[in-house]
Amino acid sequence: MSASTALSLRAVHKRFGGTVALDGASCDVRAGTVHALLGENGAGKTTLMRIAFGLIQADSGSIFRDDREVHFSSGRAAIAAGLGMVHQHFMLVPAFTVAENAALGGSGPFNPARAAERVREVAARTGLPIDPNARVSDLPIGAQQRAELVRALASDARVLILDEPTAVLTPNESEELYRWMRRFADDGGTVVLITHKLREALAVADDVTVLRRGRTVFTAPRENVSEDALVSAIMGTEEPSMAAPLEAADSTSEVVFALDDVSWRDASGVNRVKRASLIVRRGEILGVLGVEGSGQAELLRLFAGRIAPTSGRVTLPERVGFIPADRLHEAVIPTMTVTENLVLADASRISGVIDWDTREAATAAVIAEYEVRAPGPASAIATLSGGNQQKFVVGRERGVAHTAIVAENPTRGLDMRAAARVMGALRAVAADGAGAAIVCSTDLDEVLSLTNRIVVCYAGQVTEVAPPSDPRDRSAYARALLGATA
Amino acid sequence: MEVLSAFWDGAFGSAFAIWSATLVRATPLLLLGLAVALAFRAGVLNIGAEGQLLLGAIGASTVALTMNALPAVLMIPAMMLAGMLGGAVWAGIAAVLKRHFAVLEVISTIMLNFIALALLGWMVRGPLQEPTGAYPMSSTFVDAAHWPFLIPGQRLHVGFLLGLMAAAILWFVLARTAVGFRVRAIGMGARAAASAGGIDADALSARVFVMSGALAGLAGAAEVGGVTWALYEGLSPGYGYTAIAVALLARLDPRWVVVTAVLFGALEAGGAAMQREAGVPALAVQIVTASLLLGVLALARWQQVRASRVSTESTT
Repeated sequence: MSASTALSLRAVHKRFGGTVALDGASCDVRAGTVHALLGENGAGKTTLMRIAFGLIQADSGSIFRDDREVHFSSGRAAIAAGLGMVHQHFMLVPAFTVAENAALGGSGPFNPARAAERVREVAARTGLPIDPNARVSDLPIGAQQRAELVRALASDARVLILDEPTAVLTPNESEELYRWMRRFADDGGTVVLITHKLREALAVADDVTVLRRGRTVFTAPRENVSEDALVSAIMGTEEPSMAAPLEAADSTSEVVFALDDVSWRDASGVNRVKRASLIVRRGEILGVLGVEGSGQAELLRLFAGRIAPTSGRVTLPERVGFIPADRLHEAVIPTMTVTENLVLADASRISGVIDWDTREAATAAVIAEYEVRAPGPASAIATLSGGNQQKFVVGRERGVAHTAIVAENPTRGLDMRAAARVMGALRAVAADGAGAAIVCSTDLDEVLSLTNRIVVCYAGQVTEVAPPSDPRDRSAYARALLGATA
Repeated sequence: MEVLSAFWDGAFGSAFAIWSATLVRATPLLLLGLAVALAFRAGVLNIGAEGQLLLGAIGASTVALTMNALPAVLMIPAMMLAGMLGGAVWAGIAAVLKRHFAVLEVISTIMLNFIALALLGWMVRGPLQEPTGAYPMSSTFVDAAHWPFLIPGQRLHVGFLLGLMAAAILWFVLARTAVGFRVRAIGMGARAAASAGGIDADALSARVFVMSGALAGLAGAAEVGGVTWALYEGLSPGYGYTAIAVALLARLDPRWVVVTAVLFGALEAGGAAMQREAGVPALAVQIVTASLLLGVLALARWQQVRASRVSTESTT
């Protein structure tokens, strides 16, 4: 491993309006390593890396590339210096092909054949299988991420900044990405991995840096780091409690959700859910696993009563709380106030004049109960951080349906504290046999720690997987996810 | 100076300028501005207020010309209803095209504006032409179809009062009622409104579209009943297009539409006076109007971008 520093940020300060985002953060990334950047939401990880990539300017502090001080006035300048960044929300033009996206930002006339050839060459050299002529909107999420990587590498990036790259990936895809990062670093490349996921960071990184409230509180090579030390660095002194997995529920308790031979076909005629039969009783939390596009999204919406089955019978309680993954498009209206977003859940059931004072008081109660950090009920919900928006949505949906909740990737992108709060609220739904919840997540650990039954979706088939005799054995789930016979 | 004083005199300089020029011109802009604001609030880009106004004028004129034995107490409400029906049908065509054939309303409503203009041209040369057949216009309405003036000796008519009432009702409905909340919700986030709120966004936006057309149609009825007392081709100097500016300048808030409608009414009245008295083309007023609108839109957009930047940065 080379000892030289590929990228170094020193004493970076940045404030947005009245909020201090970075308060003297520093980070040294050695060339040829994978460097994990850890921290809670709002700790300043993404802001720091956006500054490194020239997307925003620091108020003070300095940036060094290969030990030379640099000033990036734009992303273009950073790219010219051999940096590449893959954002949490992909920055691809959906209507363009992979090659066209890779050629964006280049100069000179656009030659489709040469652009495709360049993508093919980069893909082959770096081991990222991708079809240069595929339209991005047709690609599954994992392939879109490869397209992002290829685009960065096609501009000769030697330092890649990846912002929460596994948030949208299944466990298998994540594994693959981590293996690829390792190879890239072994070949002399450098990776900065922004992540919440402690265990994965420890598995792949050479060095670890932890930010808390805009400051670097911890930085060390991987081999000198224990998981406990990292947790306390990330969280400060407080530590969220992670409860033990739930006991199995009583098989005679009341049925909450029931699917009887249910299928659902999409507009193009594809059967997304094939003849599923499932009963979920009080006291149960059902975990749903599936590789992207295996029918789990549709299965959840059938359970939530958001879509009607093409055939079969769905029996649901009168109201079901639903926490969708795409929060800003499906759960809340960003430009509306917090109060208005609370009323939204009842929008189709209310009539006449709305008493906004009462609604505001109800909102203040949800904000207090679920520890939502918000300026107040009358502020636009877009001004809240993602984790606080999610806590609000969970609180709202529990208010709607206390005993029946369906949640899709409920802790995605949340820091540990917010995730623990959300998981606690979901667990409470089924506590003491009061109700039932259905939770889908790409995070196997989360599903295993939260649920007492698990089904796996594969190509529209829904199969229940019996818990393995050894709780640490995950191969049964992995096999079912991939459609392999057990 | 002379130009500005001519402009001022024409818009606000005298009782006549205010009550017979500015507010008379503000009346259709008020009703149409509300129509556009309502549609835009629901996310329906109704650019067709002009066509809906013309259909409203045709509807009201048909009642005034064919049921000419009705007393005023029946005649005027009948004209209002016929005007609203005409506008509602015209918007309804675009609403059906949007809901069942996925035709963008921006396109269909603009097209329907031209069809409405042609329809009006045919009406005043055919079924509704004055008996001598010499002019492309209808006969003058009977007295019972003349809408009452609000102030003796001034031309401001009851249509302006309707506009003020409509603004008050619309503001109350949007801000305080459940149905108004649903309309705002589908306009600000249709997917979340459907998923989290269980609102049938397609059906509701179609209903709002038709309501918007009815308001625009009412403006047409008010023009023929309160101002022209006859149907002819040059009825509207593009009120339906100016109304988009009126609504946008008011940030789609019905209370502010009252203000911006009067402002634009004054610009129209003052511009006409300026051309008459000082020989400055009324085009100058249009330039002022357009600059004003661009400035406001740029400001609004800038604030939006700044707000979203602050919020995304605070979440990272």
